[in-house]
Amino acid sequence: MTRRLTREGLLNLAVLAGLVILPLWALWADEPFTITLATRAVVLALAAVGLNIALGIGGLVSLGHAVFFGIGGYAMGILAHHAQTYTSVMEWPFVIEGTKNMPIIWLVATVVSAFAAFLIGLLSLRTSGVYFIMITLAFGQMFFYFAISWSEYGGEDGLSIYVRNSFPGLNTLVPIQFYGLCLAILLAALALYSALMRSPFGLALNAARQVPERVRAVGLDPFRLRLVAFVISGAITGLAGALFADLNRFVSPTMFSWQLSGELIVFIIIGGVARLFGPVVGAALFVALEHWLGGLSDYWHIYLGALLLLIVLFGRGGLIGMFAGRGKIHD
Amino acid sequence: MTDLVLETCSLNKSFGALKATDAVSITLKPGEIHAIIGPNGAGKSTLIGQISGALPPDSGSVLLNGQDVTTLPPPARARLGLARTFQISQLAMEDTVLQNACLGALGASGKPWRFFRPALSNTALRDAAERALERVGLLEHAATRTAELSHGQRRQLEVAIALSLSPRAFVMDEPMAGLGTEGSATMTRFLDELRREAPILLVEHDMDAVFALADRISVLVYGRIIASGTVDEIRKDQAVREAYLGDAE
Repeated sequence: MTRRLTREGLLNLAVLAGLVILPLWALWADEPFTITLATRAVVLALAAVGLNIALGIGGLVSLGHAVFFGIGGYAMGILAHHAQTYTSVMEWPFVIEGTKNMPIIWLVATVVSAFAAFLIGLLSLRTSGVYFIMITLAFGQMFFYFAISWSEYGGEDGLSIYVRNSFPGLNTLVPIQFYGLCLAILLAALALYSALMRSPFGLALNAARQVPERVRAVGLDPFRLRLVAFVISGAITGLAGALFADLNRFVSPTMFSWQLSGELIVFIIIGGVARLFGPVVGAALFVALEHWLGGLSDYWHIYLGALLLLIVLFGRGGLIGMFAGRGKIHD
Repeated sequence: MTDLVLETCSLNKSFGALKATDAVSITLKPGEIHAIIGPNGAGKSTLIGQISGALPPDSGSVLLNGQDVTTLPPPARARLGLARTFQISQLAMEDTVLQNACLGALGASGKPWRFFRPALSNTALRDAAERALERVGLLEHAATRTAELSHGQRRQLEVAIALSLSPRAFVMDEPMAGLGTEGSATMTRFLDELRREAPILLVEHDMDAVFALADRISVLVYGRIIASGTVDEIRKDQAVREAYLGDAE
C-alpha cells in the first residue's frame, strides 16, 4: 500500500514538474502560444478539480457544472465590461461599480457560484443517480438559454474585454505571469482537495457515497454533507470560469454549454476519478490532443472518444490508476 | 416509565392489504437483552425500520429515553443514542477498518464540519475508534482495507461502529447472520458483556444465541406479538411452539 501511494505521489510530482518546466521552456524558446495552451490546460484542470470534489469524493455526477464555470465567466465579463465602459453594474438600492481588479472579480465569481450551487444543490440533491444527472443538465440548459437571451451583455455574441484584468504587482498581459497566477491557484485548489479528502468531512462524504444508510445510522445527514461538497465544488469551478474568461478576454454562452459540463467529466475519467491529479492529467491531455489532433482534422473528437473508451474498458482508475495502481480510497 | 430506554406504543404499518406491523408494543429496560424472534416475513425488518426511523409508522409511537422520536429521521435518533447494526453489513468497503470505525466516533462527536486537519490525526476520534476496534478484536486489522475482511470480521466491524457511537441503546438486526458456530459463540460472549453498557434489542434467527442471551423474548408472527416472556416461558408456550418452534424441537 505504501509503495503504491509513493508511486502515485511520484507521478503527481512528475506532472507538477511538467507544469513548471514546459512553460519555462516555452519562455526560453520564445513560444508564447505554448504558454497560452498550458494556461488553458491549467484553468480547465482547476474547473475539473472543483468537479472532482463532488464527483470523486461525493459520487455526485453533475452534468451541470458548466453553470458555475459560466457564472464565473460572466462575473468577470460583467464587472470588466462596466469598468471599460465607465458605467455601474447597478445603481439601486446601492451603487456597484465595475472593476478590472482580479482578486475582487475572483471573490465575486466564487461567492456567486457558491450561492448558485447552494440553490441548485438544495433542489437536485434530493434525487440521485440518473435523475440527479438530468436535473443538473436541466439547470445547465436554463442558464445557457438565459445567457443567450441576455442582450444587455451581448446575448449570443458574448462580451469582449479589451485588456486583461489586473493583479497587484503583476503584469497579467505577459503570458508567463498570468500562467504563474493560474498555476498558483490550481495548486491551492489541489492542496484544498487533498486536505478535504483526509478531513473528517471527507471521511463522512466518502462514506456517504458508498453506504448512505450507515452514515445516517451514525447520526450524520448525507444530504447536508453532499450539499456542502456541491457548494465548495461549484465555487472552485466558478473561480476557474473567471480565469478562463480572462485568458480569452471573452465570455459567451458557450461557457454554460452542456458539452463543457461533459468535458469536465471526461477530464476526470481520463485522469482518474477521485485521484488528486486526475483532473490535471485529463485536462492537460485534452488540451494537447485538441491542439495537435485538431490541427490534423476537425473530427479529432473521434480519437478522444476512442481513448475514453479504452480507459473506461481497461483502466478503471484512469491514466493515474494505470500507472500507479489502486488508490487509497477509490477503485 | 422513564426508566425504559426504548419503547414502542402500538405501532402499525401496512403495505397495501398486508399488515406488516400490527399493534406492536415492546419495551427495552436498562441492562437487558430483549430478543425479537419470528419466522421469515414476520415483519422483523419492518419493525426495526420503524424503530430506527427509516420507515414511518402508520400509527403508534416510538419513545427513546422517554422522548417521543416518532417523527425524527434516523440521524436524529442516532444522535439521541440509538445505535443500529445492519443485517447486511453496511461498510465503506474502499476505506480502511479504522476509517469505518472513525465514522461512528465522528457521528457521536456531531462535528463533521471540519475540513482541514486529517481525520486520522484527530486523537479524540482515533482513540474512540481504536477502543471500539480493540473491544471486538479488530485492532490489528485497523489499516486493512475493509473489502479484504472476512465475513465474520465484517460483522464484528459492524458492531464496532455501533460501539464507537457510545450509544444508550443498541438495535441489532441479526448480528450472527452468516457466522459459523465458532463465530456465533464469540459474538454471543461479546454481546453478553455489552448489555452492561447499553441494553440490546436483538433480532436474531440463531436460537442458540437467543436462548443463551435473552432476558426476555418476544415472538413476532404476521406482524403481531403472539407471546412475550422469559426464555423458559417462551420455550413452554404452546402457541409459540405451533407457530414457530414446532419444527425445531
